[in-house]
Amino acid sequence: MTGYLEEYFPLVVFFGLSLAFGLILMLAPLVTAVSNPDNEKNSAYECGFEPFESARLKFDIRFYLVAILFVIFDLEVAFLFPWAVGFQHIGSLGFWSMMLFLLILTIGFLYEWKKGALEWE
Amino acid sequence: MSFFETNIGILAIVIGQCFLVMLCVLASLAFIMYGERKVWGLLQLRRGPNVVGPFGILQSFADLLKHVFKEIIVPTESDKVVFFLAPLISFVLALIAWVVVPFDDGWVVSNINIGILYLFAVSSLEVYGVIMGGWASNSKYPFLGSLRSASQMISYEVSIGFIIIGVIISAGSLNLSEIVLAQKSDYGLLSWFWLPHLPMVFFFLVSALAETNRPPFDLPEAEAELVAGYQVEYTSTPYLLFMIGELSAVLLMTALITILFFGGWLSPVPSLPDGFFWMFSKMLLFFFVFSLIKGLVPRYRYDQLMRLGWKVMLPVSLGWVVFVSFMAHFKLLNYARW
Repeated sequence: MTGYLEEYFPLVVFFGLSLAFGLILMLAPLVTAVSNPDNEKNSAYECGFEPFESARLKFDIRFYLVAILFVIFDLEVAFLFPWAVGFQHIGSLGFWSMMLFLLILTIGFLYEWKKGALEWE
Repeated sequence: MSFFETNIGILAIVIGQCFLVMLCVLASLAFIMYGERKVWGLLQLRRGPNVVGPFGILQSFADLLKHVFKEIIVPTESDKVVFFLAPLISFVLALIAWVVVPFDDGWVVSNINIGILYLFAVSSLEVYGVIMGGWASNSKYPFLGSLRSASQMISYEVSIGFIIIGVIISAGSLNLSEIVLAQKSDYGLLSWFWLPHLPMVFFFLVSALAETNRPPFDLPEAEAELVAGYQVEYTSTPYLLFMIGELSAVLLMTALITILFFGGWLSPVPSLPDGFFWMFSKMLLFFFVFSLIKGLVPRYRYDQLMRLGWKVMLPVSLGWVVFVSFMAHFKLLNYARW
């Protein structure tokens, strides 16, 4: 095994172990607990009423907007990670080009703000 | 060549280490849950759990047994596969994050060089457990709860990312052990990153609370309006897996604060030896702070929460990244420790 793989190998083992542990915990009640389902017990919870309609509801567009904004900013963070770790090697050019990039993003962010994309009333 | 240098020997060591870390994390979760309930009890002038074992110390194990002996209820309308996949995802992701956390110098199962990026990625994925659980239940409260929870978690994740970037610029590495070692000097606690990054310590604390759906940001399970959020339809051990996952994520956040800002296993006083004890007590201290906040602070409203996330946390932490990079680039005030 190369040194690189050696460091990542425990990760796979740990994943397998925790998956196994989770499965054991989840399947244990099949053995240890009683199971007598009935119609009322298995219906969806709605404060004691019969469920009125399907739960696949329409939802507010703002949740969707938040998701889109998240994609932009999380990509930005992902882009900053290698820049930050190589900060000592990139010199002035690397530093100032990232500042320019951040400036452009800030302008975009201000535009979103002014357009009211961040409003929740 | 001894046994521990063969492939099987190495495999045995790795499995042993993983098992040890996992058991320690799960056992400490049990006692930390008990401690947290005691803290709330004291804050509300009641006793808290005090029946099972001496001072009620075995309460969490009794809870475990109770969950295991409960019936699993599968809602008729639910999507069966996703319904059971969700708690499993939540549990597994919360546990595998611990594989890169260094508890002492060299006490880390997998010392990968992108440790903090891995933690960031895993904690991003945790949102899947929540949203899958809420959607698969096919019931209104879980659905609304999971929507809220998902957008809350992703909103605060961005600012956590920016805060981490600031620390990385200071430390010059993504490896968690090296981040801790960058804070080592002859001045003890004065050389840790909390001092140069002081505002971000508070921002990280708030973001960590929001990211893990802890009070005062527990909107997804605001019991007055959404019963229990995305967990409404869950019973028995699937519910338990969600709970363990959530608590483990909280404990991970305390570990992360300790490593990023408070010097991990380093001792606060220069003459005392470093060690696991310091890491453990710092994590406990921050968990105590989290419990106090849960007992003392009233819940936020959802629009306030989103406003705080996008209009305060995000711009300020972005500005802090720019500030730190300026300080580090022009070598001012010892911001760059490489």
